[in-house]
Amino acid sequence: MSTREFMLGNVAIARGIVEGGGQVIAGYPGTPSSEIIDTLAAMENRDFYVEWSVNEKVAFEVAAGAAIAGVRSVVTMKHVGLNVAADPLMTLSYMGVKGSMIIISADDPSCHSSQNEQDTRKYAQFALMPCFDPSNPQEAKDMIPDAFRLSNLFQTAAIFRPTTRISHGKSDVELGDITEQRPQVKFEKIPERWIMMPKNARLRHPYVLQVYEDIRKELENSPWNQLELKTGSKIGVVSSGVASVYAREAIKRIGLDASFLKICAYPAPEDKITGMLEHADTVLVIEELEPVLEDEIRIMAQKHGIGVKVLGKLEGLVPRHGELNVDICMDAISKAFELPEPSRQVNDVGLQLPSRPPVLCPGCAHRAAFHVMKKVFGKDGIYPSDIGCYTLGVQSGAVDTTLCMGASITVSSGIYHAGEEHPICCSIGDSTFFHTGMNGLLNAVYNKADITVTIMDNRVTAMTGHQPNPGMGKTAVGESTVAVSISDICRSLGAEFVEVVDPYDLASTEDVFRRSRDYKGTSVVIARQPCVIDLRRSGARKPAFSVDQEKCTGCKSCVRFGCPATEFDNELKRARINNMCTGCGVCAQICKFGAILEVKR
Amino acid sequence: MSSAGISLFDLVIAGVGGQGTILASDIIGKAAVKEGLPVMAAETHGMAQRGGSVVNHLRIGCELGSLIPLKSADALIALEPSEALRYIEYLSDEGIVIVNTEPVLPVTVTSGISSYPDMGEIIDYLEQRFTVKAFNAVQLAKEAGHVQSMNTVMIGAVSKYLPLSKDVLLDCVKASVPKRTMDINIKAFGIGRLHA
Repeated sequence: MSTREFMLGNVAIARGIVEGGGQVIAGYPGTPSSEIIDTLAAMENRDFYVEWSVNEKVAFEVAAGAAIAGVRSVVTMKHVGLNVAADPLMTLSYMGVKGSMIIISADDPSCHSSQNEQDTRKYAQFALMPCFDPSNPQEAKDMIPDAFRLSNLFQTAAIFRPTTRISHGKSDVELGDITEQRPQVKFEKIPERWIMMPKNARLRHPYVLQVYEDIRKELENSPWNQLELKTGSKIGVVSSGVASVYAREAIKRIGLDASFLKICAYPAPEDKITGMLEHADTVLVIEELEPVLEDEIRIMAQKHGIGVKVLGKLEGLVPRHGELNVDICMDAISKAFELPEPSRQVNDVGLQLPSRPPVLCPGCAHRAAFHVMKKVFGKDGIYPSDIGCYTLGVQSGAVDTTLCMGASITVSSGIYHAGEEHPICCSIGDSTFFHTGMNGLLNAVYNKADITVTIMDNRVTAMTGHQPNPGMGKTAVGESTVAVSISDICRSLGAEFVEVVDPYDLASTEDVFRRSRDYKGTSVVIARQPCVIDLRRSGARKPAFSVDQEKCTGCKSCVRFGCPATEFDNELKRARINNMCTGCGVCAQICKFGAILEVKR
Repeated sequence: MSSAGISLFDLVIAGVGGQGTILASDIIGKAAVKEGLPVMAAETHGMAQRGGSVVNHLRIGCELGSLIPLKSADALIALEPSEALRYIEYLSDEGIVIVNTEPVLPVTVTSGISSYPDMGEIIDYLEQRFTVKAFNAVQLAKEAGHVQSMNTVMIGAVSKYLPLSKDVLLDCVKASVPKRTMDINIKAFGIGRLHA
């Protein structure tokens, strides 16, 4: 029986958590990290606890509590989630843990699904925690048990930083054994460890600084850090994480004879680095995003008085933004070592390609809500929005800002208090509202912001792959639990105008939006309609709609609505509905000529 | 091949979110592992999947990174014709492109903001430079029994060029699709292979 499986990186990471004996796993969904908990929650015969928490700070603290109580815990999130959890991160650094804790923060170079491309390795340096930066899914899996070990050995949490190409890469992964060991939970009262009042914190800071250097020494012999010196060569390449495989391929393709240092566990081992610096006279550092390794290497060269030429981002050879690839590495290597430029004739497509941006799904209720919102609040209305599928409402002209999770309501408050006179209507999803929207609403009500908050309640955390949230009455593992009422929360936070609408019913939605706009104070409109993808997966089907070619005048108002199921036939000058129609019926309400009708079964 | 010594076969799968590009690369990747070959793949997940342009890289017999360098792919499968052009820069000069000729019009086209290139021009462009296998895979999928088996038609077509046994691939198709659609997918695979 083969133990090699073709696995998604995140599934491999989940497997690593199982092999390493993870006991408490918490997280908040965020691309590219979500499938780790999805995978664990879907496993049968679990001997661990797993939850979707309401936000990253909460998830972090749940995992921290478990690790303080002596067990092995993991928290998962995407890179920007670590900003939300930065408060506990920076002080857990001082407290440390008793069991083991891994903080998985998945980075997204090139912003495939993110609002920025920050580098979690910087957080690891800042928090004085070790950091694992895997170069492929196999390594990602294998690092997890080692991260548990290191965390326990040094009584500190360990950061684990996959990137999109690891988390959403797939490869053949050799499975390992599942550890039998499970540390017993026992919360011990150790005030100088668990109570970070000033007198304790002052003592812990120098201690943690020392431990950080001890970890650096430990990582000299880590299998994740490897130095290969070439006797005949005076040039070297140092690389980290996924960039190290691109760099290796670039070296192979060029046919370069160079020493190679791969660093995938931090703090970067000093002996290995000085070994490279003393051997080579020119060293190129290739890493994605921030010059974390490069800065360390320059500092070490200066500290040890080694007159080596260090090259990298400072010289502009390796970009500090976007993800890397083999071609970028080949260019950087050629320039750094003054080799002929790689010849590359790119095929020039003479044809103009239409752009194909992601769009809200056919039949998505968000589109209908935005349509009415725009109609009521007008082109001068101001539409702060948030992080989720509904960010795609930008195509409906009803998204003016997206800053971070929960910022729609707070940014609206700020715009209002700045004195803006045009009406303000923001949009936020159900899961995002539970995440950090609630605080913003409380603040808006308390400080009398005259804004309308639209909660786009599609009954699921859709964008990241349909995870359950507190409004659904279902936990991560599918157990039933209390279904928290969003309208009750809004009322309890002090909102007095709270109305629930069905966005597929344009007339009544319009009536509610008009009243919310005219209301003085913070009004809440909950636009509730289940996510179409989720609904169709559950087997629900509605009859589709079609255009009566006789009645259609070719006015295009249905086409302008922007549903992918509606097309315009340029020859016939008539609209038509394609097979993507989900039967929401919104376009039929938009058509002034009664030309769009349900297809009779 | 252009990735000689690094990868046995580099494949790019392009399409539109929702067309089944991930399942296609999953099936081929699983077959490669069954054949005892290392595989590296990169996929598009998340926001881009909502009807956006998606691309998967699949490197069979490769132990380095999952991203295929420019002009290095041995084959490009495009589940949508304009997406073949969008990712054509990855295809090596000796590469083969297998393209479904049924377009999926982006909202930018249906709403009249931009226009879709002429199908004849797309195929001409490809044929002047590469070996091309072009057919309406949506139509063929319908013949097989269901439009959703279009990605299986494309897998069947590329199966002729992959360094993998046809039977192992077909086994992986069977193991990856819903049971009730298995016969349709087996048929779709066969039809695709005939058109390659």
